[in-house]
Amino acid sequence: MNHFGWRAWPWLILAVWAFLALFGARLAIDPNQIDLQAILRPPGAADWFGADALGRPVAARLIAGAGTAFHVAFSVILISAILGSLLGAMAAWRGGWLDRLLSLLVDLLMAFPGILLAIALASILGPGLNNLVIALSVVGWVGYARLARAQILSLKTSEHVLAAKALGVGEGVIVLRHLLPLAAAPLLVEATFGVASVVVAEAGLSFLGLGMQPPDASWGSMIRDGARYMLVAPHLVAAPGLAIFIVVLAVNIVGDRLRDAWDPRHR
Amino acid sequence: MKPALLRIRGLRVALGSRERPVRAVDGVDLDVRPGETLALLGESGCGKSMTAFGMMRLLPLSGRITAGQVLFDGQDLLALPEREMRAVRGGSLGMIFQEPMTSLNPVMRIGDQIGESIRLHDKANLRRLRERVVELLDAVGIPDPRRRADEYPHQLSGGMKQRVMVAIALAGKPRLLIADEPTTALDVTIQAQVLTLLKDLQRRAGMAVLLISHDLGVVAETADRVAVMYAGQLVEVSDAKAFFHQPAHPYGRKLFSSLPTFGKRGRELEIIPGMVPPLDSDFSGCRFADRCDFVQDDCCASEPAWRDLEDGHRVRCIHPRGGPLVPAVDGELATRQRMPGQALLDVDDLKVHFPIHKGMLRRVKGYVKAVDGVSLKLDSSHTLALVGESGCGKTTVGKGILRLIEPTAGRVMFDGDDLAALQASALRKRRADMQIIFQDPAASMNPRMPVGEIVAEGLRAQGLGGNREARQRRVAELLEQVGLPADSAQRYPHEFSGGQRQRICVARALAVEPKLIVCDEPTSALDVSVQAQILNLFSELQQRLKLSYLFITHDISVISFIAHEIAVMYLGRIVEQGRVDEVLEQPKHPYTLALLSAVPVIDSKQRREVIRLEGDMPSPANQPTGCHFHPRCARAMPVCRERYPDVSRVSASHTAACWLLDQN
Repeated sequence: MNHFGWRAWPWLILAVWAFLALFGARLAIDPNQIDLQAILRPPGAADWFGADALGRPVAARLIAGAGTAFHVAFSVILISAILGSLLGAMAAWRGGWLDRLLSLLVDLLMAFPGILLAIALASILGPGLNNLVIALSVVGWVGYARLARAQILSLKTSEHVLAAKALGVGEGVIVLRHLLPLAAAPLLVEATFGVASVVVAEAGLSFLGLGMQPPDASWGSMIRDGARYMLVAPHLVAAPGLAIFIVVLAVNIVGDRLRDAWDPRHR
Repeated sequence: MKPALLRIRGLRVALGSRERPVRAVDGVDLDVRPGETLALLGESGCGKSMTAFGMMRLLPLSGRITAGQVLFDGQDLLALPEREMRAVRGGSLGMIFQEPMTSLNPVMRIGDQIGESIRLHDKANLRRLRERVVELLDAVGIPDPRRRADEYPHQLSGGMKQRVMVAIALAGKPRLLIADEPTTALDVTIQAQVLTLLKDLQRRAGMAVLLISHDLGVVAETADRVAVMYAGQLVEVSDAKAFFHQPAHPYGRKLFSSLPTFGKRGRELEIIPGMVPPLDSDFSGCRFADRCDFVQDDCCASEPAWRDLEDGHRVRCIHPRGGPLVPAVDGELATRQRMPGQALLDVDDLKVHFPIHKGMLRRVKGYVKAVDGVSLKLDSSHTLALVGESGCGKTTVGKGILRLIEPTAGRVMFDGDDLAALQASALRKRRADMQIIFQDPAASMNPRMPVGEIVAEGLRAQGLGGNREARQRRVAELLEQVGLPADSAQRYPHEFSGGQRQRICVARALAVEPKLIVCDEPTSALDVSVQAQILNLFSELQQRLKLSYLFITHDISVISFIAHEIAVMYLGRIVEQGRVDEVLEQPKHPYTLALLSAVPVIDSKQRREVIRLEGDMPSPANQPTGCHFHPRCARAMPVCRERYPDVSRVSASHTAACWLLDQN
């Protein structure tokens, strides 16, 4: 493979992940199809991934798990990044009591271990994918709020914003043309890294039984189900584990690259 | 002649990639003799700092020395192993840098930082480390050195930090001190303190100084010899007196004629056309040829050789110029008598106080009185200069007038309206009449907007300029008016040089056809030759468009060239105000006197005795009682401690607030 092609692999992984998540259901293998003949079948030449304790095809369940991870990751990031950025930006722009209130809230939430809070919330709300998204978003928005607040605070006293004010440019136009475009880059980088941590968090909560409910598949619940058969059928744990590992690595590398590309010092 | 202490021969420094290196220093030969001050003079990017960093082997990562020899005291510094080089650096070869704020370690007591240098380079004094530290602090003129030695850098003012830097350099008992723009970041009165200190120490310790500077005034006041650098090469080396009497290289002469002075008022300053050639290109002829007024065919044919004029005055030019510079004639000063009620801008008792919040409940525990009762008047098509040192509140006055910062109290009458009382929507409409231009043109433009949109921003905000096409035509017109090519509109700010960027900012301000422009140090970040272009532009626009300027600056020479009237500010208040000739020639307030005396002057005949100000400006959160200036004033009387003086009238146009005048 040439140099460029080699560097493109994280993008390729993300593309495959997205494709499987969006179109995996049409590949016509039912991930919940029980086949008692195939219980704990090891991977072979015909079936690279084998089958699980109920004889369900691991390959199909991996694809279904990719969909779950994708769905959760992007819902959580969209909700928490947009909500957090807007709240943080608004607090910084308006200042005063709004800013103090938000800062206090952010500090309170930050003082709490995020995953613990998510576990508590998910168990109060009850298991299920939508509740998982809510729980992770409640924990997730604070980081974006803090970042957006810091960005806007430093931008709002910058001279090009003052110059725009001096020209009589309205508040809305200043926010849209002078603040958000310049604050967006670091927030996008943060959101990219956020995808990786949500994938891990979703797997963790599903492992604990708070996320995806049986019989539907998620990488976390696959690991939980497979853990009992670790010694007889290690592929049940290894396959979803590797999937998480590769996706998180790819996302993190993409995040690093974006950060470098948007860093003015690297130009 | 004494043998040279430092002898640089054929030094070349390259930066960046190997395929296309930037030759920042391209064959420099330089001698520094024991005990003398040699000034390396040049504009930014000419390679003067790289010469110093190269000889100390402190180049940035991408830099390397490609050729040359540096003999210091007979030792070849470039051949020395790094371990021995470390003993030389900071030892017999001391150095101080431009930014005292970033040169000191913020978490170490200053006494320990000086002690570190003693420990490394002056082992004889190890036993009496503490005494030696106090001695050194005393030598650089820091009051109460025993207590100060235990303080941290943030507890010291800028001038004091630079003194500590000097003390650290002195600790190694240097024979040569390299001072890289040592006073550029300091105010004039502090600059005068540090320059006097360097001169004293040099005389006492007999050390040589290599002074790197862009400031002709600073060089004229301190240097014994001068070396002028341009585009990586030396172009002129001379005795300081001969150089300032009659510089020979056209570049050096241009620098002098582009300096703004009172004598050049009403005329255009000379400018150097074009830009410094990129240093990664190959040169065949003289590097200054395409910007030179006296260029001839042979200039481009081959690189000019050194020519010896008299007394060691050497110049790298085929057709050097002779004779003294054209003497300045008296400039014209066109001011009218002010009619009552005629002023365009009439500021009355403007106050801007910032509350200090403390504690959990964020209760107000005091105020920073940045602007504490300022009154100003400015006529149409006139320029009023607001002068003062950093922290005096002059920028806050400008922003307070434009309500970019909300004033706490006061009245700002502008063309019949009180700006301070205007509703937000009315104010937005009114903003077309008054604009602001900032010091750093790069920071005052959105880097993600093309220049055309930047210039059109005001048109759009004010609903001017008609439809899209008409707006584009207007933008092209504005760009032409400030001397930028028409295709600039599609490009982004980072594609322009510093001077060009400031032109873009001027075009943006002009777009809404203002009557008043607040200029906040608009040329302080620019080189002298570029500054001349921008000042010319300001004068031309004033004549053509009848603009008024509120010119905020610390640079007296700029003021003497461009201002009609001056207001001198100290700690939030105006201490003296009047016509430019009155205030500059017959200053009445002791602070104005001290400020003017501290400005470095090129012409030795015009030099005044520097009035040394003790200490620093107090904090605007904690003003002294009575006259704000009394703690630093040599002529303070008992009454000065008790009450702030009333404004006394010196002449019809000249006022000052001082008890000395009240008595007379």
